[in-house]
Amino acid sequence: MIGNSLRWELNAFAGFIERQKNLYRRYWAWEAVWLLYNLVSVLSIGYLASGLSSLGLEPGQTNLQQAQLYLLVGALLWTYLSMVFFEIAFAITWERWEGTIEYTFMAPIRRLTHLLGMCAASLIYGIARAALIGLALVFLFKLDLSHANYWAALAIFAAATLPLLGLGIFTSILPLLSPEKGEQMAFAVQGVLLLISGVYYPITVLPGPLHIAGILSPLTYTLDGVREALLHGLSVGGALPDVGILVAMGIVLVPASVWCFGRAEVRAKRLGLLKRSG
Amino acid sequence: MAIRVSELNTAAVEVDSISKRFGELRRAHRLTPWRKAKTPKLALDHVSLRVDTGRITGILGANGSGKSTLIRILATLLTPDAGTALVFGHDVVTGAAEVRRHINRVSVEASFFKEMSPWENMLYAARLYGSGGAGTRGRVEAMLERLGLPLDTLDKPMKQLSRGQQQKVAIARSFLTSPSLLLMDEPTTGLDPRSKREVQDLVTSIRRERAATVLLCTHDLQEAEVLCDRVLVIDHGRVLAEGTPVELIRAHAGPDGGSLEDAFMRLTGKRLEEDEEEKEE
Repeated sequence: MIGNSLRWELNAFAGFIERQKNLYRRYWAWEAVWLLYNLVSVLSIGYLASGLSSLGLEPGQTNLQQAQLYLLVGALLWTYLSMVFFEIAFAITWERWEGTIEYTFMAPIRRLTHLLGMCAASLIYGIARAALIGLALVFLFKLDLSHANYWAALAIFAAATLPLLGLGIFTSILPLLSPEKGEQMAFAVQGVLLLISGVYYPITVLPGPLHIAGILSPLTYTLDGVREALLHGLSVGGALPDVGILVAMGIVLVPASVWCFGRAEVRAKRLGLLKRSG
Repeated sequence: MAIRVSELNTAAVEVDSISKRFGELRRAHRLTPWRKAKTPKLALDHVSLRVDTGRITGILGANGSGKSTLIRILATLLTPDAGTALVFGHDVVTGAAEVRRHINRVSVEASFFKEMSPWENMLYAARLYGSGGAGTRGRVEAMLERLGLPLDTLDKPMKQLSRGQQQKVAIARSFLTSPSLLLMDEPTTGLDPRSKREVQDLVTSIRRERAATVLLCTHDLQEAEVLCDRVLVIDHGRVLAEGTPVELIRAHAGPDGGSLEDAFMRLTGKRLEEDEEEKEE
């Protein structure tokens, strides 16, 4: 009985990944435009770093290579993190826009399967896109990765997945509860994460309240840890505190976000918000 | 999903005095100056009904009469404010997971991923309902062929299909999952006469072959008369009359006899066509 139920849920889980694959393929022109936009954004950060010397900073005053790597790692990671966050957070908006939201919510599957299926598809797609942009960076910039410890970077990157999914699921509640304004609110959340998580600067430069918010953001630990591993060769052992913090945040955020999504679904059904449009 | 032995002798649907109101009653102090209190709308007002297993039951009503709200509650997409609704003995609120295994719904607007093809949409549906493996493509092709849809449309984006073709795919998708209870919310709206006939024939044959129960909301009085074993007339969220088409005509069409439309007009004080004209305006 449990085996049958698990098979049923796994089949649906695969169905969500398959559906997203088909959607990405069918919307390939849009996806190509977004990929180009992401690539251009990251490249512009890279060239900004290259141009720092012409802005009055002498090579002797600062290590431009290190600064460039610092910014590029931040830009590339933000591209990945924001894309996965966007895909999960906007899963509901997308279904509402397509007019399929009621069909999906009526299906005989657990909501956890629905959410995890969407998350898995987003992660696979996000990694593929970030890898393409990463390859372009290696090709276009002479990056000094001689000190990099890839295993430590990978460990932090993997640990960051859990809290990232939690944040995405939390944010997807906004379009569920507010058909008219939820999408814009999700964009605002994304913007706040960019500000407080130290994507292009250490969070120590932020004023008090924003600094505290930065300490609470899992993306801060992801960016810090991956940077340390790639720029200064942080060992796997040295990465464990960051990995531990990220896993702990994930253990709290994922179940909490799924529970809150369930409560939001109950409210949406009570108020009649699961409609084609607002 | 097949009906279990324990569910065989239960009614497919039992609705007991359900009410649904949209627009919350807000307390004045909770309203900010720029937000005005919306007038709540009573969509269903103590509606009770019973649908026997293996029957086609029609719900006749004008726009805004509460038909779609009732269908959404049975599809577990809305929760009633009061009363209970059971599908094969499972409560639509507390036993929603069990209810969902028994139902599928065809709505008036075809809900598809428009860039994806009919095949990709149906494969997604099959996955959600526990299938999608080898043999699914063959079943999909057979179903669409039966509905008179050319097979070369199977891999085109949905947006390239006509409204009628999209609706046929929606109906084929619902049949693909073999529901014990099929909720059809104006499934033939927008179809040409030939397509409408094909869909109606398919509904009849599916009921005959699979003993499926169908709850059909329709504007088409002739369709209700031909397809439905029983008909409910609903207006302003209340059930006005219930019976076989013959019983309704006999009781409500007037002393000279008449049609189901005459019965509907006498019960509600309006024609369904009037409502359609208002909608178009």
